[in-house]
Amino acid sequence: MAHVHYLKIEGRSAGFLGLLALLAALIATGVGAALYMEHNGHWVTGMSNQVIWGTPHVFAVFLIVAASGALNVASIASVFGRQLYKPLARLSGLLAIALLAGGLAVLVLDLGRPERLIVAMTYYNFKSIFAWNIILYIGFMGIVAVYLWMMFERRFNDYTKTAGMAAFLWRLTLTTGTGSIFGFLVAREAYNSALLAPMFIILSFAYGLAIFILVLFAATRWTGRPLGDVMVIRLKNLLGVFVASTLYFVVAYHLTNLYMTGKHDLERFILLDGGVYTRLFWIGQVLIGGALPLVLLYTKLGRSRCMISLAAILVIIGGLAQMYVTIIGGQAFPMPLFPGKEASSNFFDGVVAPYTPSLPEILLGVGGIGIALGLTVFAIKILPFLPQSLADADVDPHYKAT
Amino acid sequence: MSINRRQFLGLGGAAVAATALVPGLRLIELAQARSPEEAVTSLHRWGLLIDSSKCADGCTSCVSACADENGIQSHGRPATDAQWIRKVTLKDKQTGHVQTLPLMCQHCAEPPCVDVCPTGASFKRADGIVLVDKHICIGCRYCMMACPYKARSFIHEVTTGQKAHAPRGKGTVESCTLCVHKVDRGDGSTACADACKKEGHQAILFGDLKDPSSEISKRLASQPSTQLRADLKLNTGVRYQGI
Amino acid sequence: MRTVNLHRTLTGFMLAAGLILASSSSLAHEKEGHATGVSGRVPMPVHSVNADKGDKCVRPEEVMRRDHMKFILHQRDKTMHEGIRTTQYSLKNCVDCHADAKTGSVLGKDGFCESCHAYAAVKLDCFECHSASREAATAAIPAASPVRAKGSESAKGKKP
Repeated sequence: MAHVHYLKIEGRSAGFLGLLALLAALIATGVGAALYMEHNGHWVTGMSNQVIWGTPHVFAVFLIVAASGALNVASIASVFGRQLYKPLARLSGLLAIALLAGGLAVLVLDLGRPERLIVAMTYYNFKSIFAWNIILYIGFMGIVAVYLWMMFERRFNDYTKTAGMAAFLWRLTLTTGTGSIFGFLVAREAYNSALLAPMFIILSFAYGLAIFILVLFAATRWTGRPLGDVMVIRLKNLLGVFVASTLYFVVAYHLTNLYMTGKHDLERFILLDGGVYTRLFWIGQVLIGGALPLVLLYTKLGRSRCMISLAAILVIIGGLAQMYVTIIGGQAFPMPLFPGKEASSNFFDGVVAPYTPSLPEILLGVGGIGIALGLTVFAIKILPFLPQSLADADVDPHYKAT
Repeated sequence: MSINRRQFLGLGGAAVAATALVPGLRLIELAQARSPEEAVTSLHRWGLLIDSSKCADGCTSCVSACADENGIQSHGRPATDAQWIRKVTLKDKQTGHVQTLPLMCQHCAEPPCVDVCPTGASFKRADGIVLVDKHICIGCRYCMMACPYKARSFIHEVTTGQKAHAPRGKGTVESCTLCVHKVDRGDGSTACADACKKEGHQAILFGDLKDPSSEISKRLASQPSTQLRADLKLNTGVRYQGI
Repeated sequence: MRTVNLHRTLTGFMLAAGLILASSSSLAHEKEGHATGVSGRVPMPVHSVNADKGDKCVRPEEVMRRDHMKFILHQRDKTMHEGIRTTQYSLKNCVDCHADAKTGSVLGKDGFCESCHAYAAVKLDCFECHSASREAATAAIPAASPVRAKGSESAKGKKP
């Protein structure tokens, strides 16, 4: 295969500076929102003693899950030996680190005591999956950084496969850990399932690749670098497979729950009369995040890059909806403390807990996206992450112009 | 080495005497209050027995007493105001029977909140009381997600007017401490139990679950009782009768 | 395309940072020598001692000045996790003794803790959760409570 030439982007156009300015503004509002929440206390948000984790966590978990999925493309190249994806491996590693940084920033800034982060890094309860996740997240950044270094420095290129394998195994552990944050909880009916860990792995595949495709399209288009159809069609088909797998897991989860009489109330809540949660499930998660992208990707419409981009955007919207239904819907549904009885109290027992996303929460979540994209944009300017050309002739050794 | 009959009898007598005395020594340990220099031990396990049939509908003395004792103030925001104990009204879906009971941290022997805390701030003391070490609590609220009884509250605003024996502040999580400051002082009861007794209902009984001579142990041994969410096998320190 | 020499830029930054650090630390050392606080704008706090509580702290002044956090941190872990409530290093005991005679608090402009911490620019986190007022000032504790007899041996092991 032809030698791939990587090049920093020039990054001096008005468009580039405008993009950086926009992302900087997003980050600034996010940090401002976090300061506002920290100074006044969380009562200024929509989060309460009933819905404990809110919109910031929806964004944060989405970004963290997408981060491990963004590394997929590099793993396919290094671990599974598909040479076609090799030119994309550097960008894939970068995006993985950037998305994780964005997600973690949101998580840390939402803490009740963010200044005690150093406590979280020095006092460990090893029975807690949260504690393990702290180690997994930081270790992931380190391992991917080493992986990138192996790719960048020519004399270390032979070690890329080993580093890639380590990164791949680490990220599977990491995503299992993220899913287990919910899967290990016995308290709530929507969680407490071994299915959540593998489901989060499949979700990561879909979300990560959708974001990767959008970033790749934007980066190559806005810097005028060619991107051939061979690459695009491969990525498109891959995204379709991942979206279909996501739908499978959703079906498996709900079908199992529907079989258990004890879980009928929960299923009725999510699938039928949960109000916003039902709408987000059917319209957001299933239709926008599942069915529509599959139509766009697998029919003739998939020949257009515009449609593929749209499909990726829909997958991301559907993913956020899925996180909202899982995280917030799962908390809003009342806990089954007294089976067979209607409970009521002044602490919202027995009722669906009210929750409305507040502006500081949304700004903080969006700030995390700003951090992730800002890091990416900054990095591709200072280091050669992007290949100079991904035209068909350059990537496919067997390419013949037709 | 051989031992003569006199020595054997002497040893045997000493052994029998020791066996007879040791249980008595243990009881003396239980009977004496712990002095402040001594660490808590697992010789005691503190718990509550709540009789729902004695709990009066509309009475919230336990809730007010707890708030008074621990300096919990209402900010007029029920969704985010802290609540260490609450009254729950239950109506049977089939029979229509209505009853009430107070609900607080169940001080489980296998607390899910302790398992999930990343820093170990949520911990169980040797004598069974589950507490939050607010010095190392980072306010992540994972314990609140994990608690099957929704017993924990997060302090959502700047807090003032704390009682010296009950520090609490913004950004940390808290829950019923089983009046640990009163327990350590040797008061022998919690604020909610005292208030309920004062009202004449006597629905809440505090005691040492490991002491067979305590009133709580005697009642638990002689009358049926249950745990909330017993299927989770958390071995709660708070037991209920009448539900 | 104008290139920026990465090496030169980094070296320049590090030199500048080093210079700034060195000069600021030398300035700080200068200040330490002035016990009366003549240099600098913030006046040295004057520690009033409550004469009715005695004239000695639980440890000598020089030790407390440097190491009071060590004692507090050690005591808090023992109290929280083991229920050891000896009064020598208990924060409640410190507050009860050092609280200002007028305001009853260790915070405020002339508060024992806050005045020194403001001078040293060290954030005081304790009283976000802990009460900063002398216990007698908080009215809710019943008069018969054994806790009132602070530091005295009668406070321990009282059974109803």
